[in-house]
Amino acid sequence: MLGKTAGGLFWMFRYLERSENTARLIETGFRIALTHPGGDEWQSVLQTAAVADAYHAAHDGVEQSDVIDFLLRGEANPSSVLNCISGARQNARLVRTSITREVWEAVNDTYMKVKAALSRKVRDRDLPEVLAMIRQQAALVRGELHGSMLRNDVFDFARLGTFLERADNTARILDVKYYVLLPSVTQVGSSLDNVQWETILRSVSGKRAYAWLNQGYATPMGIADFLIFDPRMPRGLRYSMTKIRSNLDMLERSYAERNPCQDTAEQLDRQLQVNRIEQVFDDGLHEFLTCFLNDIGRLGREIETDYRFLE
Amino acid sequence: MSDDNRFFNELNGNGDLPRSPYRGFTEWFDGEDLKDLRRKSDEAESFFRRTGITFNVYGQAEADERLIPFDIVPRIISAREWARLTKGIEQRVRAINAFLHDIYHRQEILRAGRVPVDLIARNEAFLPQMIGVSPPGSIYTHITGIDLVRTGENDFYVLEDNARTPSGVSYMLENRETMLQMFPELFGKVKVRPVSNYPMTLRRSLAACMPLNASGDKSIAVLTPGIHNSAYFEHAFLADNMGVELVEGSDLRVQGGKICMRTTRGYRPVDVIYRRVDDDFLDPLNFNLDSLLGVPGIFDVYRAGGITIANAPGTGIADDKAIYSYMPDIVEFYTGEKAILKNVPTWRCSDAESLTYVLDHLSELVVKEVHGSGGYGMLVGPAASKKEISAFRQKLEAKPGNYIAQPTLALSTVPILTKAGLAPRHVDLRPFALYSPRGVEITPGGLTRVALKAGSLVVNSSQGGGTKDTWVLEDD
Repeated sequence: MLGKTAGGLFWMFRYLERSENTARLIETGFRIALTHPGGDEWQSVLQTAAVADAYHAAHDGVEQSDVIDFLLRGEANPSSVLNCISGARQNARLVRTSITREVWEAVNDTYMKVKAALSRKVRDRDLPEVLAMIRQQAALVRGELHGSMLRNDVFDFARLGTFLERADNTARILDVKYYVLLPSVTQVGSSLDNVQWETILRSVSGKRAYAWLNQGYATPMGIADFLIFDPRMPRGLRYSMTKIRSNLDMLERSYAERNPCQDTAEQLDRQLQVNRIEQVFDDGLHEFLTCFLNDIGRLGREIETDYRFLE
Repeated sequence: MSDDNRFFNELNGNGDLPRSPYRGFTEWFDGEDLKDLRRKSDEAESFFRRTGITFNVYGQAEADERLIPFDIVPRIISAREWARLTKGIEQRVRAINAFLHDIYHRQEILRAGRVPVDLIARNEAFLPQMIGVSPPGSIYTHITGIDLVRTGENDFYVLEDNARTPSGVSYMLENRETMLQMFPELFGKVKVRPVSNYPMTLRRSLAACMPLNASGDKSIAVLTPGIHNSAYFEHAFLADNMGVELVEGSDLRVQGGKICMRTTRGYRPVDVIYRRVDDDFLDPLNFNLDSLLGVPGIFDVYRAGGITIANAPGTGIADDKAIYSYMPDIVEFYTGEKAILKNVPTWRCSDAESLTYVLDHLSELVVKEVHGSGGYGMLVGPAASKKEISAFRQKLEAKPGNYIAQPTLALSTVPILTKAGLAPRHVDLRPFALYSPRGVEITPGGLTRVALKAGSLVVNSSQGGGTKDTWVLEDD
């Protein structure tokens, strides 16, 4: 496979994943704002999406409707849903020869629908429907990938993009909210304010799962443990890392060639297997997450080099 | 149906009854509900949009991807008509290749005085770097898309030879797919020869042209200028359907005397490149210094037999509009036979006497740039306003050598589906011929372009033309 094609697949699925996560973030922010007006939820949403600076360069205050519009359609926002979906489709065109007609049509369909829905500012009344559509379209593309693609290197690069982006996004959600989860002596083990844990869990579609596993009892450590170390949580760090590692192993098998990025992935994966949440809290959650985000970023660059995405 | 007897109507031959190739179709059509067909026709558009069969329009950043309108009424050619056409095309393709080989080697045709030396030596399309270079199998035009127009029951003219990088074959294939999906029962009624094996034929044809120093992989790739090119969809489509890589210049480099592509496992050799990049942009070291699309040094590898480039560099000299007028001589010179397909009479404006005639008859003639394509920069006299004609006159007087003129051809019509039912529109035809040591292989069908505007004679997609599925019948 061409290095450029591998890069195109990787980025196509990163962009798709990002658009879905941004939609989730908006869904969560919107809900919190409705149920708990007066908070600074939107500022933290901007931070989580890593676009706070770009937003403030263009806006004076943090207005809900401005933030939502910026996240969905902001031209100056490279991670806006519209830009992500365009980017995903652009990359899909680039790799058109290595994806099935089903996958291509799903991306193209997504692009047409999202572009139409975001052709003007979305009214609050239409927002839930539009956000749900964005999530579902991303799921549609993933579904077509699963249902129609050969399990070869093409598939592996697509999956690497998905899980690298997901691990990054979930770590960001945690990092922005770490102050909520920050253990003070009195708080460790105590129950959290509903709003706070809802925010975190909702943005990763993990509210019901967490409640089911913990009998509705939410603790900061419990939530952090769930999102970082639980191997069953599909949007969690450990799950994503395991997937990344296994896709890299698959590449090793099909290419009969081992690459340095695999060492990084293995090391990260092992950390998430042996570490304990208590240790993380002792050493500092923010420090842990900063370190993880750096490592994930480095891993992405190593993959790019090892598989020759660029010249 | 409204009819104009100046133009041959392929449906009914300007009579009351359908011509024989259209009988099966007409019977089917008469049993269909017009509204139903209109709905199907809208479906076809959304089908194209979903599959992404679009083209990019130069200079229109906003609507950067557009659909070429598709008309659901097929253009039908009988087996007998097709047999004659293919003979003519094959003769022409062989003559073009013999001409190219000669022009870049001994130049017998110039010595014989059949083509003026000046016309070659001073021609921008002539590539001196190709002198003495012998492509594998002496094949220059692996893919040719000759444009034909019909003016009567037995009158076909060659309009252009398109020996560089003809496009449109993806429409030939996708139009058929669309028709098969929409009207399966119609294909049960009328026996149409399939076109779907074109990509595999192309692949085998390219594989039969391996260079002298081929690698063990015998690998083939399609070279595209990139996703912003107007025909990118087609490039991806062909690579996909041939099962070969789609590469850009930035994926390639010269390594160990071979062209190599950057794969996830390092650089791997490519043996045959089906390039959809113009000569000028192929190699910044040997041609256009500013090109970012090509591969520095590819031409040196080519000369040394490290790679096959399809079509070969320098084929433009054969489809140059100034050379065109010599095609009957060229065909006769190399094949010893009269040309089967007719040439449109052509005035070369470089010639003073012709120029005078052309200037006096601008309102009747079609004037084209010698190196133009896509319907840009041409004048269709009968359709032009006085102002347009006088503006064109100035351009023509300033650089007469840049232009040729031809009589306005009475392009045949084929019906399209309109709100009111069937209505005749002018069409042309581009069949695709593959040439390799296996021989000349012509897919039964081609791209029929249709001017959607009533009365218009310009069929180019960039000028509002559409396409139709082209049927060649199994038997008459």
